[in-house]
Amino acid sequence: MTEILQLVLVGVVVGSIIGLGAMGLTLVYGVFKFAHFAHADLMTLGMYLAFFVYVDIGLDAGHIGPFSFGWGMLVAVPFAWAGVAAACVGVDRLVYRRLRRRGGGFLNLEIASLGFAIALQAVIQAIWGSPPLRYHNEIHEALTFAGGLKLKPDQMLFIALMPLLAVALYLLLHRTRLGTAMRATADNAPLAEASGIDTERVRTATWVIAAALTAVAGVMFGVQSQLRFDAGFEFLLLPMFAAVILGGIGNPWGALVGGLIVGVSQEVSTEWINTGFKPAVPFALLIAMLIVRPRGLFGSSIGGSG
Amino acid sequence: MSALLEVDAVRAGYGSVMIVHDVSLRLERGELVTIIGPNGAGKSTLLKAIFGLLPVSEGAVRLEGGEVTDETPSHMVRLGVSFVPQTENVFPSLTIRENLAMGGYQRSGDVAERIAEVLRLFPELAERQKARASHLSGGQRQALAIARALMLDPKVLLLDEPTAALSPVRRGEIFDRLQAVREGGVALLMVEQNAREALAISDRAYLLVDGRNAHEQPGPEMLANPEVGRMFLGLDSAEGENGA
Amino acid sequence: MLPVESLTPLAGELPLLVTFGGGVNWTVGFLTTAAIFAIVALALNVQWGYTGTINFGVVAFFGIGAYVSALLTLDPPGQFESYIGGLELPIPVGWIGGMIAGGVLALAVGLPTLRLRDDFLAIATIGIATILRSIANTQEGLVNRARGLNGIPRPLEGASREIGVDYDWLLLVITGLALLAVFLVVRGATASPWGRVLRAIRENEATTQSVGKMTTSYRIQSFVLGGVLMGLAGAIWAHRIGTIAPDSFDNLTTFLVWTMVMVGGGGNNRGVMLGALVVGFVWFGLPLIQEELPDFLGTRVFMLRRIAIGLLIIGFLLARPQGLIAEEPRVSRFAPRGEGGGGSG
Repeated sequence: MTEILQLVLVGVVVGSIIGLGAMGLTLVYGVFKFAHFAHADLMTLGMYLAFFVYVDIGLDAGHIGPFSFGWGMLVAVPFAWAGVAAACVGVDRLVYRRLRRRGGGFLNLEIASLGFAIALQAVIQAIWGSPPLRYHNEIHEALTFAGGLKLKPDQMLFIALMPLLAVALYLLLHRTRLGTAMRATADNAPLAEASGIDTERVRTATWVIAAALTAVAGVMFGVQSQLRFDAGFEFLLLPMFAAVILGGIGNPWGALVGGLIVGVSQEVSTEWINTGFKPAVPFALLIAMLIVRPRGLFGSSIGGSG
Repeated sequence: MSALLEVDAVRAGYGSVMIVHDVSLRLERGELVTIIGPNGAGKSTLLKAIFGLLPVSEGAVRLEGGEVTDETPSHMVRLGVSFVPQTENVFPSLTIRENLAMGGYQRSGDVAERIAEVLRLFPELAERQKARASHLSGGQRQALAIARALMLDPKVLLLDEPTAALSPVRRGEIFDRLQAVREGGVALLMVEQNAREALAISDRAYLLVDGRNAHEQPGPEMLANPEVGRMFLGLDSAEGENGA
Repeated sequence: MLPVESLTPLAGELPLLVTFGGGVNWTVGFLTTAAIFAIVALALNVQWGYTGTINFGVVAFFGIGAYVSALLTLDPPGQFESYIGGLELPIPVGWIGGMIAGGVLALAVGLPTLRLRDDFLAIATIGIATILRSIANTQEGLVNRARGLNGIPRPLEGASREIGVDYDWLLLVITGLALLAVFLVVRGATASPWGRVLRAIRENEATTQSVGKMTTSYRIQSFVLGGVLMGLAGAIWAHRIGTIAPDSFDNLTTFLVWTMVMVGGGGNNRGVMLGALVVGFVWFGLPLIQEELPDFLGTRVFMLRRIAIGLLIIGFLLARPQGLIAEEPRVSRFAPRGEGGGGSG
């Protein structure tokens, strides 16, 4: 029993990372109406940009309280956000917006995003190389709780961070003019334009907000395991898409819940099946969802249900 | 003094397929003008071209004497022209209040005040401000679409078949509202299939056939015009089926 | 040994090239590879170019064809090997088995997704490639895991020795004939009334995102035909290379084929074969000049060519969506058009 609970706990940690990444992915999906296949590699970019500031520049001294990382991370994460946002806005201006204006349909955008993903992954590999990297090499001790459950301070932080960022995103989408305009653009972009909303500015803002979630989730992934140039396609893309579809396309809260479901079932499955089959779990969830309820658990709109 | 809105020999369509060939019309301040015509006459295409949703390939659109041909929709809105599309004219996942706020996106400051003003015209919406637009009935949704377009206090309101797919009772309600809007000083240019009711309240009407002007008359006279009646209003029975 | 990313992309050929007379050998080997990729590109062209369905898991169909054909034709597993099959069947039976496997996999992935949005297929196909690779790497007693399958028989190898023909040339001829057959099948299919339905589906659905029940069956048929041909290409590959392992079937194969189709022009059969030749030449040729490049580039040549294919996909989408050579004239959804569509009042 403890063993299963422990796996659930780790699953929640993994699920928080997948869920935060998936929130960004689903936001882009909702506003831009295409599956952004470069999203996982943007997450990888985020983790390496943080590495650049934290390790390459050398801000990795000390620790914040019980955590494995030091104060430099507070510089590294915003830098990663800025870099990922710049990459998103850049590729949108240079590529996606042109294809959007041409009106050739969303399929071309998806293929373009695959091209971007391939190039981005190779650029990351060319700069930081193939061997896995870590923000820190020393061992990060886990704390033991009642019933023998173990959790590292880092992991506790991630679990806490997830609802915090989710609430922040909720307030942004529902309590600000910009957020409402984002939901309006996702609902009906031509009408938003006809209402006098500057939809291109809304789209830029969407990239910047999605980039924040992406960068934070990327750094979390790097802290939790290690930095790999191919992490995007190998470990992140499929679970994130599974989370997005489970939660309903365009629905950030759905994506978060979907991420947790994916994370927990991935980890708990290892109790019965070989770890090598782990990638099959999100895939099975995804296919099952497509067969049973393709709209997702919570329906697909940025407003969410309720 | 020049007309509020003037359409001068406009030609427009989708890509290389021209649907509007040569249409001229004008809209004076405070007027309600209806465009009628058989299916495919180019009525909706004309409205979209005026509002900048489709390119105008020849001719000109003027607002208060200044040329606004091929301006973007968001610029047209800034100049005081609002548009109510026939379908997909609300934000379904947003509440009524949010829909109105988005209609007034370009307003600075007094959005709440303006929402209150607009809602005075639409009391049935005022009661349900937190309801999502997707939960509204057809008539309420249409009312919301018009209310949203009024948020920026436009001089001109372009309406694409505001009563299509509504029951006769709801249709009457919408036409009453539109008259109230006109009394508030907004000029309306409306495309309508339910021609009898629309013409009855119109100051003037244009009949479009094959993308060209065929007739121009005061609304009630157009209604009484035997030729128009034979050519177009005879379709009333088919239209009744659509409307029901 | 990786088919597309290994340090010596055409092991055997590359060392010869830098010695005397290597150029001819390299060219023969390269053309054989290009012909196999041309088959995959034609298959993807049926799915994407003619029907507008996105398959981001090309390598899964290619890989399953390779594995099934190998398992059907291999000797039974030896002492340190463990895999199913090893039936010692003739190679053509293996090829047919590979085709069936590719088609069945396409049916399994297409059925739940193709009645829905197009993006779901794209996502699911990425998934299936990852899953199959992890199963092949993990499941004991299935396909010998990461150790791979070795000693896959090569077609007519004995015969070539008897009649004294250079085997690489013979292999090129066999592969070329297979390509010709596939080309004729695909051309016939896409020029038929069936193909015209596919094109109509692509033109309409790309903009509306809606999927009618009527069209689903055609989309599945086209997806399965593509899967069958990818399976065939994989089978040919397995017997040509002799050794396969799960990690040789990574996503790069998929990306490479996509680049070939985008460069050649979706919906254009001759174009995508040209695309396979041109992109294949850049991809497999670049490492040959590695030594000539300045150090900072030379050490990164494998990353450079991946950056290059990513940029090629984007560049062709933006600047030349019709591909290298113009296709037969028709209304294309790649052609620029206004935002609006549909009716008027």
